[in-house]
Amino acid sequence: MAGYFLELISGAQSLIAGFGVTLRALLSPVVTVQYPREKCPVGKGYRGHPHLIVEDETGRPKCIACGSCMRQCPSQCFTVKGEKKEGDKRKYPTVFQLDFSRCSLCGTCRDICPVAAIEYCDLYGIAGFTREEFHYDLLADLPGRAETGVNPAAQEEKQLAGDI
Amino acid sequence: MSQTAAKAIHYRYFLNLGPQHPSTHGVLRLVIGMYGEYVLSIEPVIGYGHRMHEKMAESKPWPMFLPNTARMDYASPLPHQHAYVSAIEKMTGIQAPERAEYLRVITSELSRISSHLLWLGAFLLDLGAFTPVLYSFDDREYILDILENLTGSRITHCYYRVGGVLYDVDGTFVGKVREFITRLHSRFSMYKKLVEGNIIFLKRVKDIGVLPLDMARRYGATGPVLRGSGIAYDIRKAAPYSMYPKLDFDIPTGETGDCLDRYVVRIKEMEQSLRIIEQALDKMPAGEVMAKVPKKLALPPGDISFSTEGARGEVTYYLVGDGSEVPYRLKVRSPCFSNLSLLQELCEGMLLADLIATMGSLDLVIPEIDR
Amino acid sequence: MEPIINIPVEILRPLLAAAVAIGFVFANATVMGYLERKLAGHFQRRLGPMEVGFHGILQMPVDGIKLIGKQLIAPDNVAGALYYLAPLIALAPVSLPFIVIPFSPGLQAIDMDIGLIFILAMISFNTIAVFLAGWSSNNNYSMIGAMRSVAQNISYEIPILLSLLAIALMTNSFSMRQIVESQRGYWFIMLQPLAFVIFFISALAETNRAPFDLPEAESELTAGFHTEYSGITFSLFMIAEYTYMFLNCSIATAVFLGGWKGIPLPFGEYTGCIWFFAKAYFLMFVIIWCRWTFPRVRFDQLMNFSWKYMIPFSLVNLCLTAIGVKLWQAIF
Repeated sequence: MAGYFLELISGAQSLIAGFGVTLRALLSPVVTVQYPREKCPVGKGYRGHPHLIVEDETGRPKCIACGSCMRQCPSQCFTVKGEKKEGDKRKYPTVFQLDFSRCSLCGTCRDICPVAAIEYCDLYGIAGFTREEFHYDLLADLPGRAETGVNPAAQEEKQLAGDI
Repeated sequence: MSQTAAKAIHYRYFLNLGPQHPSTHGVLRLVIGMYGEYVLSIEPVIGYGHRMHEKMAESKPWPMFLPNTARMDYASPLPHQHAYVSAIEKMTGIQAPERAEYLRVITSELSRISSHLLWLGAFLLDLGAFTPVLYSFDDREYILDILENLTGSRITHCYYRVGGVLYDVDGTFVGKVREFITRLHSRFSMYKKLVEGNIIFLKRVKDIGVLPLDMARRYGATGPVLRGSGIAYDIRKAAPYSMYPKLDFDIPTGETGDCLDRYVVRIKEMEQSLRIIEQALDKMPAGEVMAKVPKKLALPPGDISFSTEGARGEVTYYLVGDGSEVPYRLKVRSPCFSNLSLLQELCEGMLLADLIATMGSLDLVIPEIDR
Repeated sequence: MEPIINIPVEILRPLLAAAVAIGFVFANATVMGYLERKLAGHFQRRLGPMEVGFHGILQMPVDGIKLIGKQLIAPDNVAGALYYLAPLIALAPVSLPFIVIPFSPGLQAIDMDIGLIFILAMISFNTIAVFLAGWSSNNNYSMIGAMRSVAQNISYEIPILLSLLAIALMTNSFSMRQIVESQRGYWFIMLQPLAFVIFFISALAETNRAPFDLPEAESELTAGFHTEYSGITFSLFMIAEYTYMFLNCSIATAVFLGGWKGIPLPFGEYTGCIWFFAKAYFLMFVIIWCRWTFPRVRFDQLMNFSWKYMIPFSLVNLCLTAIGVKLWQAIF
């Protein structure tokens, strides 16, 4: 008999304690970020999509077209062809294509590159309507910049955000 | 057959907790034979998420399998990766530097805490409480941000390598982790008030789904499911690996093996993990994070098995090498597979609501079962 | 000037009341749906709907338009007309009780002398509608939801009736207007706190709201009795649920919290309804608060709670009230 009433009283107390927790949450500020009106800062190690790094002096890619990334990629994303033209000191890539729809962002290409020529950019709004939009030509947009990707939708988003 | 049993079979109907269901955590199908609200028998049907990870391991050189290890159990991926790289290191005789091993321990424990927080939210969602899941996801965001700054991914990390870890950490990382430890310590009292003390929650989980010790042993249950029934079996103490012998922590156990015990065990495990992380941060020496590993490392002929303690139980990677870079066979022992198989015997005679609570307390991640 | 159509006042007044009642049902569902989603958001430390309209105010009308536009998919073997009848049975009786609720001294359509019983009778149609929905859906999940709902509703009708009976003993009438007017200088909650608590918890269970929302337990039964309903039929159940919530809260307001009584406002005959709505919507806020705080009870625990806790306490309350009323009459 005493247990009946004790359980009732302790149960009611626990329910009121639960009410207190949610009331405090109701009166606290929200913890969410209102994307796309506010944006989160991108972490410094964030992996967008792989892109080529340019040499500062010449503006040409550091890549020596050895094909290691092509061979080591677990998902076979890359197509790399290169040749050493007249007057060049080394091989430069002539074709460098990335099928980003297969990429798993594992970092193998970046780790295996002997000259540290491939790196992840920090684009996060990468979206498209067709598969072909994710077949990037990494040589196409090189001269003069090394950060933004070649995805037209992402370029547009950066323009809208006033970043470029 | 007794009269009630005959009546039950006569009126039995089958309820399909189908592949798409809010409470099976993944794509699991349970064909439940029911009599009224009572469960007579269940038949789990798995395989809806089979992605042939082990076949992929057999057809590619071993470095290419690293991204896969994080995708099997995506709630706590790093213990899986730890098992894989440690197996290869043991097989080839490579020793990772001490700093790298400490970093592996810290990140694995962070992964474990993140998995338990996810489980807490999902378990309460199964029971019908819609708010604690968002509170636990709020806490989990801190861990995911820390790991994103370090490894580049929030969930599918590819951070460990054979011979060490990929990146070193700096003071910002250490500061953020210590901040997180303080924050999580202050949140436990809120969870106690909202969840553990709540009489409705207690009535739903106390003395529900009692797992007797011999049943747990017969089915090979590991992890919090086994520890809730009373045995303090943890790979980190039973067959210590990495830096765990140098760290001081307890193994929490329950007494009766009901859902409440499994809940309390996981909360206490989170507290112990915070303790481990603090000690590891204090004891971590300066130095290299990557040992010298040859460019092309062939796996010697022979086999090896390496076990780590994942958030759900004992994760074992069994690797057979044949002298080339491509493994001959890789077998992953998934702890959820053994934990799920005991549900068939455990659930006879339960109410449907109790079955949902018990299944939630087993902490299943179906893609890990299906691999 | 001659009126074009000569409608006698005795017919015009109920017609106007009916139109206002039906309009209020949909307006209430809109406001309550919005409030529920916003409050749910803030309890969970997020914002809730923000996109459609200023802070999401237009979310519910837009959702209503979307639901009306959806295809009504009925599975093959549903029990014909009953499948489509169930949401109508849920919604049709819901506007009738508005006729007797005393919003303010001048804003009550008809003051029946069995007003309280009339409202309770209309509210109990919910049981039949939910059961029909679950049974005619030809789906195991829905059937379980329907069975649970019937047992739950029948068990919790009794504490509701017993706790309100205690008030009827005190006021000696079932007329809503008389009950409100007899709370002179004090509210009945001060005399009958136990009856209020029992009534409130039983009202939660009657309207299938958490923590008693087993008939539509999302995580166990996908969607319970309304699994097979899509589009407007589903939203009719939701509108009915919100209106039953409002009806239960307005009974609680009128009977326990003094109805339209409060600090006197100008045009007191008609502005008493502001106090009425404030109290009723405060109770609805508490109902929403309950939903987002507590987990769900198990089915047998729910039945235990009703038969072993609610009913004994309400019977004891009734006996004590009877003794108290007789003593009061004997002394004064």
